Amino acid sequence: MIKREAVVIGAGPAGLSAAIEAAKRDADVLLIDESLKAGGQLFKQIHKFFGSSAHRSGIRGIDIGKELLEEAKKYGVEIWLNCVATGLFKEKKIAVEKSLDNQNKTAEIIKAEKIVIATGASENAIAFEGWTLPGVMGAGAAQTMANIHNVLPGEKILMIGSGNVGLIVSYQLLQAGAEVVGVLEAAPEIGGYGVHAAKIVRAGVPIHTSTTIVEARGDEKNGVKEAVVCDVDDCWQPIKGQEKIYEVDTITIAAGLKPLMELARMHGCRCDFIPQLGGWLPLHDKNMETTYPGIYVAGDSAGVEEANTALEEGRLAGVAIAESLGYIHSNKASSIKNEIWNRVDGLRLGPFGESRLEAKEKIIKTFQ
Amino acid sequence: MALLKNGYISLSELKNEKGYPSEERFNEGPVAVIECIQEIPCNPCVEACDFGAIEIEGPITDKPKIIEDKCIGCGKCIAKCPGLAIFVVDKTHSESFASVSFPYEFLPLPDKGMEVEAVNREGKVVCQGEVIRVINNKEFDRTPVVTIKIPEDKFDVVRGIKRRKEK
Repeated sequence: MIKREAVVIGAGPAGLSAAIEAAKRDADVLLIDESLKAGGQLFKQIHKFFGSSAHRSGIRGIDIGKELLEEAKKYGVEIWLNCVATGLFKEKKIAVEKSLDNQNKTAEIIKAEKIVIATGASENAIAFEGWTLPGVMGAGAAQTMANIHNVLPGEKILMIGSGNVGLIVSYQLLQAGAEVVGVLEAAPEIGGYGVHAAKIVRAGVPIHTSTTIVEARGDEKNGVKEAVVCDVDDCWQPIKGQEKIYEVDTITIAAGLKPLMELARMHGCRCDFIPQLGGWLPLHDKNMETTYPGIYVAGDSAGVEEANTALEEGRLAGVAIAESLGYIHSNKASSIKNEIWNRVDGLRLGPFGESRLEAKEKIIKTFQ
Repeated sequence: MALLKNGYISLSELKNEKGYPSEERFNEGPVAVIECIQEIPCNPCVEACDFGAIEIEGPITDKPKIIEDKCIGCGKCIAKCPGLAIFVVDKTHSESFASVSFPYEFLPLPDKGMEVEAVNREGKVVCQGEVIRVINNKEFDRTPVVTIKIPEDKFDVVRGIKRRKEK
């Protein structure tokens, strides 16, 4: 069994910043990720980020990813890629499968003093007739194809869901050269930021609110050929007889995300269902520590938000770990954490942040 | 709100916003128009301006507004806005013509002198335009800014061009 001071699971924005903050204060940090490259979703984010100009806003996610990787290297974070945490056992033992993509897979158990779960989130699916046909995929999958692998997922695409993911991915699919025939939103209003909506509408993509998909038509061999869509009533039920048909080869689903919290649950960290943050998630205090001492959580796996909040939550966990390992005095740590909290609170203001702010405050209160 | 229902701001919605330039200011020459009407946590526009002409009064989620007397219409803010929501409008471009500058992150880029179809906020073609400038410098970080010449009366309607298809 290998022993480590701190192990961070997941090398997205939350995991990377947790690892950096702990390592820069001399903690010995191991960061593991299932992908072949660290950065999580950052390298798919080719758009400029919102946020405070004091903290890398206006910079593209891909460039933030590069900066974080350099910092991690600079502070000596050890990174294991191509490596998945398959289990989390008492007391803080991580089961890891290494070399995922070849025949010589090996398994290790790592005993860690501190663990950060920064596993991110998974896309929600929606079921409709024909939803298993080739060509129906998550918006995140389409984004990976276009922005990571330079493969256009389809020529004519219908996007389901108008949250920020649906709007941003639609824009990026246009940039990649696809035609996006429309964005459907079952709710009466657009879910994401108005500016993201406005830029795709200006580029010729209509957004249809109170509209949903009822069927994907095509065959297993050739994939999707048509999408049947329909207006919905006040109770979100399709209004029969108002179906419309789009000729498309791809249907992308952006119906929200849910935290990947299985590891936390496996270890017995207390979880709760918080709809504003995507569903079941491990509860955490102001240090991002779960109900199990020494296990921390940050980013989407602590409640679905966005990259900026993930970066800040990761920093909180990293500083808290350095503090509890004795690498930083608690007075110094609390002033750094206060600064981070001020920024996080700022990101959770306004109509888009309010419900998340409230939910997070409620979570933290359960610890007091 | 039209923005929430249709995905674009109506002109009347926009005119109700604080900081939408006055008629007098439009008549004086180029000025930035910020079409960001929701409280979202974002502020890089403030720092983008060398003249202190963009203001966010309270917390980061407050809406930005143009201080029209300070704005010289240089357009530096256009490429800095992550929401691509800032435009520069010059109603005084020439007799009977106005110009509009906007971010354009699609390939192929239009060339100077090219005849283009100008679109409104809804993405509908409203008139023809002529490309008079394309800036794609390092500072803009891969957000090219295109300026087109359009009939003067379309200055508060035109906000982009129809995307060009690769031949």
